[in-house]
Amino acid sequence: MVQSDLKKFFTYSFFLGILILPLVGFATTTFDAPRAFTVWGVFVAILAFGLIIKVIRHSGGYKNLSDSLAPIHKQIKDKLTAVPAKYYILALLAFAVIYPMATNRYLVDVGITCLIYIVLGLGLNIVVGLAGLLDLGYIAFYAVGAYSYSLLNLNFGIPFWFCIPIGIAFGCIAGCIIGYPTLKMRGDYLAIVTMGFGEIIRLMLNNWDKLTAGPNGLYGMAKPALVYPSITDGGLTWVTFHLKSLEALYFLALAIAVLTVVGVRRLDRSRIGRAWVAIREDEVAAELSGVPTMWLKLLAYALGASFASVVGGFFAAKLSYTNPNFFIFMESCIVLCIVVLGGVGSTPGVIVAAVILSAVPEIFRELQNYRMLAFGAAMAAMMVLRPEGLIPATRRKRELHAAEQHQHEES
Amino acid sequence: MDTTSFLIQQLINAIFLGSIFSLIALGYTMVYGIIQLINFAHGEMFTAGSFAGLIVLMGLQKVGFVDSHFILSMVLVFGLGMAYVAVLGVSIEQVAYKPLRNASRLAAILSALGMSIFLSNGMMLSQGVSDRGFPPVFGWDGFRIMDAKISYGQVFIIILAFALMYSLWIFVTSTKLGKAMRATAQNKPMARMLGINVDKTIRVTFMIGPGLGAAAGIMVGLYYGSVRFDMGFIYMIKAFAAAILGGIGSIPGAMLGGMIIGFVEVAWSAFLPSEWKDVTTFVVMILVLYLKPSGLLGQSATEDKV
Repeated sequence: MVQSDLKKFFTYSFFLGILILPLVGFATTTFDAPRAFTVWGVFVAILAFGLIIKVIRHSGGYKNLSDSLAPIHKQIKDKLTAVPAKYYILALLAFAVIYPMATNRYLVDVGITCLIYIVLGLGLNIVVGLAGLLDLGYIAFYAVGAYSYSLLNLNFGIPFWFCIPIGIAFGCIAGCIIGYPTLKMRGDYLAIVTMGFGEIIRLMLNNWDKLTAGPNGLYGMAKPALVYPSITDGGLTWVTFHLKSLEALYFLALAIAVLTVVGVRRLDRSRIGRAWVAIREDEVAAELSGVPTMWLKLLAYALGASFASVVGGFFAAKLSYTNPNFFIFMESCIVLCIVVLGGVGSTPGVIVAAVILSAVPEIFRELQNYRMLAFGAAMAAMMVLRPEGLIPATRRKRELHAAEQHQHEES
Repeated sequence: MDTTSFLIQQLINAIFLGSIFSLIALGYTMVYGIIQLINFAHGEMFTAGSFAGLIVLMGLQKVGFVDSHFILSMVLVFGLGMAYVAVLGVSIEQVAYKPLRNASRLAAILSALGMSIFLSNGMMLSQGVSDRGFPPVFGWDGFRIMDAKISYGQVFIIILAFALMYSLWIFVTSTKLGKAMRATAQNKPMARMLGINVDKTIRVTFMIGPGLGAAAGIMVGLYYGSVRFDMGFIYMIKAFAAAILGGIGSIPGAMLGGMIIGFVEVAWSAFLPSEWKDVTTFVVMILVLYLKPSGLLGQSATEDKV
């Protein structure tokens, strides 16, 4: 047993060693030896750690340890599950409300970014997680939202609140335009076509100088404003309050995020949500059971797109600036990473992953450059080692384990 | 320059670009044919090949080997670059794709995408974000057909590309390993029953496909004079469009599709606003997928797999 593990260890470290060659410090003519050995050393250490764990597990030491810990583990788990889920949600909400008052401006800004990614992740989760359609051009809908707010506000002076429904409509239309030709496709083709569509939209924004100002971007959009009545000496007047402060924008983002969470939750448990899962599992069977697959797939695209569009409008309003380079393919990858790491189809998982992925790079700023590197590696590793994600959706976890059991029976 | 010379010049450009796309598309089509997976990391292997070739070339130039033994140093540049990327391809297959061979398609695609992000950022970190210049080893010497100027470098690259495609064709049609490859692509369980080592065949595919991509990467570097860590992305999408256009899984299809995409792109940038040329390629790809997903030379069986 140990021998085969050792063999595996050496082959895998050999392959990983080659895989990280692009990292080790060949700068065209010079070779940075210390860096190369550090990088290789870290990887070998990780692998060796895995090997040691495996050996301990085989020798039975791990089993004794886990057996002795099992009752404690169970107790903690029981205690945690004894508290109803709504208390957790309330605590989380309370934290989110207090957060901007307790921290500084910079952290509030990070918080807004987190909330934006939460909404994007949940929107993409509808398409990828529930309906099982891989979308690699999701950020295009975010761009549609941002640009529809910018253009409507700059050219016609339409305020934020009226632009949002218009933006949703545009998002839905864009979703259907992308969705319709891809209805017949599955898997890989779908991925590449959505990627192509995402790039088309970005290139259009970049090249259509007359409308979108090209790579310079648009600026000077109004911030969202609240209008409320006020009774003064002169009687009833309407007061406009521009949400200029970061805190006010944070609460707006929080409101959008909470609405999204509630909406996605409701969708997940509705007839439509179950139909999506049916399509994901077996499209032919779903169609035969009377699920209108075509409409529901379009609906998944349209709804996913509209969430992204809303938050895109918010993003443009927050910065008062947009630019096609905000909407590159890498951004789609980040959102997809959030969905995959959190657990495909799982709302709490997506929230946790969004917070981790947008907050961690801000905390460790010196590691900023390694961010996407780690995301990419984590994505591949996650698929190989734990395909259900950090916090798996209950439904999906059961499915995956059923598949494992099935395999056991077969072998 | 009169119209005929202009057309000849564009024709050379189109053949060059077409053979680049063909070489990359071959890698896609072979991998897709054998394990039904889009190798998203293929674009990064193209770039990695380009960098590996550049490193070898710079090293050789430093010791003055390029001036004394030009042909031998070109063989070394292409040979070492392709060999490195071939091993890289096998490593990716072993680490990221092999464990997922029986898992869902979504998991395999996401793993491939993760590998692609990992490699492209790895190259960004080690090679920097800016363009890196390739030494102009071919110079500007050339000959003229009417007014069109054709450099020896262009001729060398085009001949090499066709030679690689031809040898691949010979390999796939007449060697034992090539036959095993085709058999595995057609029916994996049956191939295994007939005594073909399926794992080995897949490994060989993952060496040849990325190796061809690396050759294309070095050619692009030599031809345009610079490489960048993220140049693989746009070539990858276009080569994928070529593979689909020719019918994914079909080797002559990939060559034909690459040529067509190359000609469309060059024609578009010669006569129409060139900033829209990428959009045109994507639209062609989407139209092909929508109207005829099996491609020009693909078997109709692929339509079931879509």
